[in-house]
Amino acid sequence: MYQYNDFDSAFLAERNRQFRGQVERRIDGSLTEEEFRPLRLMNGLYLQLHAYMLRVAVPYGTLSADQMDTLAVLAEKWDKGYGHFTTRQNIQYNWPKLNDVPDMLDELAKVNMHAIQTSGNTIRNVTADHFAGAAADEVADPRPVAELIRQWSTDHPEFQFLPRKFKIAVSGAANNDRAVIKAHDIGLYIVENDAGEIGYQLVVGGGLGRTPMIGKVLKDFIKQEDLLSYLEATVSVWNLLGRRDNKYKARIKITVHEHGIDEIRERVEERFQAIRPTFGGIDLDMFEDIKTFFAAPEFKTASTEAYDAAYDADPMFRSWVDANLSAHKQDDYSIVTISLKKHGETPGDATAEQMHAMADIARQFAHNELRISHEQNVILPHVHKSDLPAIYAALKEQELHTANIGLVSDIIACPGMDYCALATARSIPVAQQIASRFDELKIEHDIGHLQIKISGCINACGHHHVGHIGILGLDRAGVENYQITLGGDATSTAAVGQRVGPGFAYDEIVPAIERTVQGYLELREGPEETFIETFRRVGLAPFKAFIYPEAQANAA
Amino acid sequence: MARAFTPKVITANHLLEGDVIYMTDTGEWTRLMSEAVLLTDEADADVRLLEAQQQTDVTVGAYLADAIEGEDGRPSPTHFREEFRRTGPSNYFHGKQAEA
Repeated sequence: MYQYNDFDSAFLAERNRQFRGQVERRIDGSLTEEEFRPLRLMNGLYLQLHAYMLRVAVPYGTLSADQMDTLAVLAEKWDKGYGHFTTRQNIQYNWPKLNDVPDMLDELAKVNMHAIQTSGNTIRNVTADHFAGAAADEVADPRPVAELIRQWSTDHPEFQFLPRKFKIAVSGAANNDRAVIKAHDIGLYIVENDAGEIGYQLVVGGGLGRTPMIGKVLKDFIKQEDLLSYLEATVSVWNLLGRRDNKYKARIKITVHEHGIDEIRERVEERFQAIRPTFGGIDLDMFEDIKTFFAAPEFKTASTEAYDAAYDADPMFRSWVDANLSAHKQDDYSIVTISLKKHGETPGDATAEQMHAMADIARQFAHNELRISHEQNVILPHVHKSDLPAIYAALKEQELHTANIGLVSDIIACPGMDYCALATARSIPVAQQIASRFDELKIEHDIGHLQIKISGCINACGHHHVGHIGILGLDRAGVENYQITLGGDATSTAAVGQRVGPGFAYDEIVPAIERTVQGYLELREGPEETFIETFRRVGLAPFKAFIYPEAQANAA
Repeated sequence: MARAFTPKVITANHLLEGDVIYMTDTGEWTRLMSEAVLLTDEADADVRLLEAQQQTDVTVGAYLADAIEGEDGRPSPTHFREEFRRTGPSNYFHGKQAEA
């Protein structure tokens, strides 16, 4: 895991000192709110519906046990005892007081964490595959390059006042994208060329929000030594070309759409040639240095007998193993996903006690590492199978043992109108009710892999466009109304979902989702055909007949 | 034709706590919507809003929110967003509902 050097620590301390002064000057009246607002946003501090909200970056989703403990301390000491993990691998605190925020930031700095550039028109927290460094299917660990990009983009003088926010994600597994690469302003796949060299495929102009777009390939193969200059050229071209006249048209997806990928490519190439010599190889030296921090842990060898026995004897444990474990590159190791989606609870929330418990488990059993997924769960990336029964027991004590990863109750939901000032409807209670309903029906394991994603406004923080079932909450004439989309896909075969028809009222949306899923169960050719496969085979129309039975009856 | 003025309360977030506040009849600030002054005169509302916006040591983002006189004679929200602001989130018993 990356450790701050003296420069990083000094930079962060100075930045926190500056922000402390800015808060003091806002409170004593030297700064107006108009002056203060961009300063607080640069440091991740929003003012939401009921309170301030502090958004802390978890760079590329990677945390040490000590860092997770510190996140818990913030929740205990300055918030209401919990935190909310987000779809961008951040954590949000919903109740901080303005006076306390500088102390919270100083506490974070002790464990190399910050909230810089988690808001504002800057390059945001760089996200990555949450199985990075552990997955059996990756070409290379995306975290070193994500850290390189974090360092390059943090306080980058050219990119502090971009036309809009800018999001970069990296995946080391092009054929099994777990980082929603194609829905980012820039997405990078680590790839290997015919000569066996490692490089990057750069995808540009993806994004969700009010104009969802799937990213396009800007360049198929970028060598390591050219990556930062190519990224800089791309952001630089957009910085000048991007629409500053209309915030709804300011994202790079619109720039690419309006100018065409070929013109953008020409401009980027021209800019790239101009700035390439200015990098002079320092970035390569830094990259080599950064890589040393991400060496694989010393994997152990041990008997897996206890695991095999528990798997055979305990159906609850078996169910959890089957649902929550993923293939690890190392023999006898697994990747464990800890579900933050207990049925009926808020997706992505963890109490301070749970965070401490997960930190302890990571320390004791999992090489001191944790990850946050964009799906709002926590990952133990390196777990020897012999430790799984003990981990399961420890998780169970904290009610963190829900066996539902990738299932209908493993729902992504934005904070929605329960917290967010931008929201047009609630998301969280819809997610809670859907999860509870399918738990009552006891059919979610039969349903199989199905991703429901819920956003409480058009900005799509809940990724509804790329949900197999997407739900978008809107304000229709002063009443909450929910639109359903089907067929979205967040993976390497990314697709934007199709709207099924008229929306549903708050008390109608859960039954409508139940009808959608019941429709799938009737339409599928067998249990092996997943929801998205069935949708691709039959299309929207048969689902509509289930979702709008009255319309169907009227037409008959 | 201009739309008829509908009753309003003046609301904002508090600078330090960030929580929702409302202006009372005497121009003070309260955490409770039930204690807010319901403004039925447009000119009066505009002047009071300016006063609220100038109190930058207390308020952030002051605005006029639609409200009606409830059955108890006190201001009550007309839109669900304002209902959440005066109550708190629906997933936890936090915010104003827990402080009342």
